[in-house]
Amino acid sequence: MTYLAITELQKHYDNYHALRGINLSIDEGEFIVFVGPSGCGKSTLLRTIAGLESSSGGTIELDGRDITELASSKRDLAMVFQSYALYPHMTVADNLSFALRLAKVPDAEIQEKVRSVSASLQLDALLERKPKELSGGQRQRVAIGRAIVRQPKVFLFDEPLSNLDAALRVQMRLELARLHKKLGTTMIYVTHDQVEAMTLADRVVILNAGQIEQVGTPLELYRQPNSRFVAEFIGTPKMNLIPADKITRKDDTLSLDLFGNNIDFPANRVKGKLPETAIVGIRPEHLTLVEEGGDIQGRIELVEHLGSEAYAHIQLANNQTIIVKALARSELNDNQEVNIKVDVAETVLFNESDRVISVIPEEV
Amino acid sequence: MKRSITRLLMAPSVILLLIWMIIPLSMTIYFSTIRYNLLYPGQNNFVGLLNFEFFITDPGFIPAVSNTLILLSTVLIITVVLGVALSALIDKPFFGQGIVRVLLISPFFIMPTVNALIWKNMMMNPVYGIFAWISNSLGLEPIDWLSTYPLMSVIIMVSWQWLPFAILVFVTALQSQDTEQKEAAQMDGATGWHIFRYLTIPHLYRPIAVVVMIETIFLLAVFAEIFVSTGGGPGYDSTNLAYLIYNQALLQYDVGVASAGGLFAVLLANIVAFFLIRAVGKNLTV
Repeated sequence: MTYLAITELQKHYDNYHALRGINLSIDEGEFIVFVGPSGCGKSTLLRTIAGLESSSGGTIELDGRDITELASSKRDLAMVFQSYALYPHMTVADNLSFALRLAKVPDAEIQEKVRSVSASLQLDALLERKPKELSGGQRQRVAIGRAIVRQPKVFLFDEPLSNLDAALRVQMRLELARLHKKLGTTMIYVTHDQVEAMTLADRVVILNAGQIEQVGTPLELYRQPNSRFVAEFIGTPKMNLIPADKITRKDDTLSLDLFGNNIDFPANRVKGKLPETAIVGIRPEHLTLVEEGGDIQGRIELVEHLGSEAYAHIQLANNQTIIVKALARSELNDNQEVNIKVDVAETVLFNESDRVISVIPEEV
Repeated sequence: MKRSITRLLMAPSVILLLIWMIIPLSMTIYFSTIRYNLLYPGQNNFVGLLNFEFFITDPGFIPAVSNTLILLSTVLIITVVLGVALSALIDKPFFGQGIVRVLLISPFFIMPTVNALIWKNMMMNPVYGIFAWISNSLGLEPIDWLSTYPLMSVIIMVSWQWLPFAILVFVTALQSQDTEQKEAAQMDGATGWHIFRYLTIPHLYRPIAVVVMIETIFLLAVFAEIFVSTGGGPGYDSTNLAYLIYNQALLQYDVGVASAGGLFAVLLANIVAFFLIRAVGKNLTV
């Protein structure tokens, strides 16, 4: 059952087309993350849903009600801003109760709500403080509390963790995940951080140049990207993309020619017409360094040791550098010649227009 | 050791500033205790506090003190209230915003004497002033502002002069207001008035304190506008302390009484400053 439906949403600025026909349906209780590079329109999309920007075309429906033209306060949405946007001259308690006081909710009810929200976010001891007397994480919790207290139908988060330091960000990310579990409210979250997207989301919406590039669960996006853009955007380190100059068919197998090295690829996993050339996408963890019998050869340029694992940057015969994930204590030396084995099951193919042409087999 | 060198190096400027302040002050105190009338040279005998008695019992004294305080408080209220309102009005971008801002701020660049002359001759003159023309075209009797409402006229002139200063400070302050806070309030259901009342006004507390303090310093010593327009009259109706002191020293040639008046003005300024800093100064510390 669709809860929030966005249909053909457009947004024009004076001479800039920010949203180019967005179609998206969100179910009740879902945690949706909008992710994409700077300027892709993710914040504009969120602000248009919030009513802080007017749309230039299309409709937004929430719970069966058209809210496209409604004032933002009438939309049953609450937003957590990047800068927290706490009211600096009010105490934490006043910040939390501001919306309720404006709505003329009875005092007893306000106090009860503020009390329960501050208890659940561990803000009880801070109620009489002003925002500038709080730490970054506490401000963040007040901002979230201010949204919760209104009991909205949808929460909107605009890069809420980007102002926190790395350790606190991990902790707040966890708290947000818990909060979503506890409240079960629909949440829309904007970030440019793909780790936040992967860890928090039920479904991720990848935006590029004002259009939706792909929508799917984090794992779907990771394993079966629709396009080269998604493949490169999701995953750290990036997916390796190696051009296959020639593809030849032998019965049920395609032979991909990677500058002299052949890789066999099952033909039934390629959709549509067989291309003459393709780009082969393989993630670093689907490449293995082997003693002998590898699919491709290369020379180690540099090894990054991360403790739990190591990333070997390997130069191939065509001078391209690829990244291979290796064991933490593998004894790799610079300039060493290595054999690399390719996990064909997790390999994807892209055509010249950067769209995917292969299907990943079901999990075995 | 290090400290004494620091002090030694600071000494020349500290001593110079001290002399700069001490000599005029002690001269004033000295003049206020002797008989010093320019019409009777050479008769400079010590008179104790007689000059203070003369100044305080002068028929102009009570009106001058009350006029000073009325002028100060009225102009402060007008400039702060109108300043906040106008700044909030021109904060949102609109066509011609730049020109409107320049026009609003330009009166500040006009010197007080010229300001008073403009108001006296072009606006308030009962025969060819613009106010008179407005009254005439409405079929009303023109008002002779300077003789009918002398203090009010001075207040209008001084407010016109100082409003731009307030606007300048407030417009700058408004530009530093966080837009996300306003958007958050908007989503919380706040109307434009609520945002102005609960976010903008608290945001302006500190600039208001600055404007009030700085204006107080200058408004206690308003002189040119009174000298050029009403001449303190009729009677003592638009005489303030500064003008009364001028009156004593240069119209009645009594430097002694004028010095006593000057010391009284210092005292008054300190009393006003004491209350003002208590009232608005706490906004400056946070």
